[in-house]
Amino acid sequence: MAEQLKADLFLDLKGMLCPLPIVKLSQAIKDLPVGAIIEGVATDPGVMADVPAWAKASGQELISIEQQGKEYRFMIKKVK
Amino acid sequence: MEQNKLSMVVFSGDMDKLMAAFIIATGAAATGMEVTMFFTFWGLQAIKKSEKTGKSFFGKLLGFMLKDINGVGPSKMNFGGIGRWMFKKMMKAKNVAMLNQLRDMAIELGVKLVPCQMSMEVMELTQDKLIPQVSQPVGVAAFLEEARNSKITLFI
Repeated sequence: MAEQLKADLFLDLKGMLCPLPIVKLSQAIKDLPVGAIIEGVATDPGVMADVPAWAKASGQELISIEQQGKEYRFMIKKVK
Repeated sequence: MEQNKLSMVVFSGDMDKLMAAFIIATGAAATGMEVTMFFTFWGLQAIKKSEKTGKSFFGKLLGFMLKDINGVGPSKMNFGGIGRWMFKKMMKAKNVAMLNQLRDMAIELGVKLVPCQMSMEVMELTQDKLIPQVSQPVGVAAFLEEARNSKITLFI
């Protein structure tokens, strides 16, 4: 499912640790129009809990998040 | 009325506790919360310039001991600065944001940095010795007013 969506912005969060992934994510989403999709990739295992929590708290839609080897990939849709 | 706010008292001037404070503050600001950090006593070191302070003999003595954000050491195992050096090296190797970078990030995200008037008086710190991004100093009532309207309050 998630593979078919095309991201409007790709965020490379590799090598970053807490709180950087969500700070970068929040800064990146600010400049995008509603409906835009961000795809992110991180290496910090903490994002598996933090990105869904960030999406819930900030009212954005988490489309998918999954581990691929040593990387964590997620897709977020800006809904407001 | 409770708003989507976080207010925090930053009492500690220890590197590790300040890291926790700034990580929570930036994290909350990143999720759209309005964040206010009140700096009191040792915590004032986190928003101080690297200038010597104090007017009286004791004030100058204290000013000699006070550090800025790059000079504060961890609460345990500092060993006269070795601990601070070691932590900074380890954090750099692991690509963790340094304390000064976390503070810059907090400022960029709109976190309000508020100094406590009373501890500034006691420690003989004047506004011009604090970084320009801090707001006017306030007292306990102003903090309580913020805290009363906040979803989350913390003391670090």
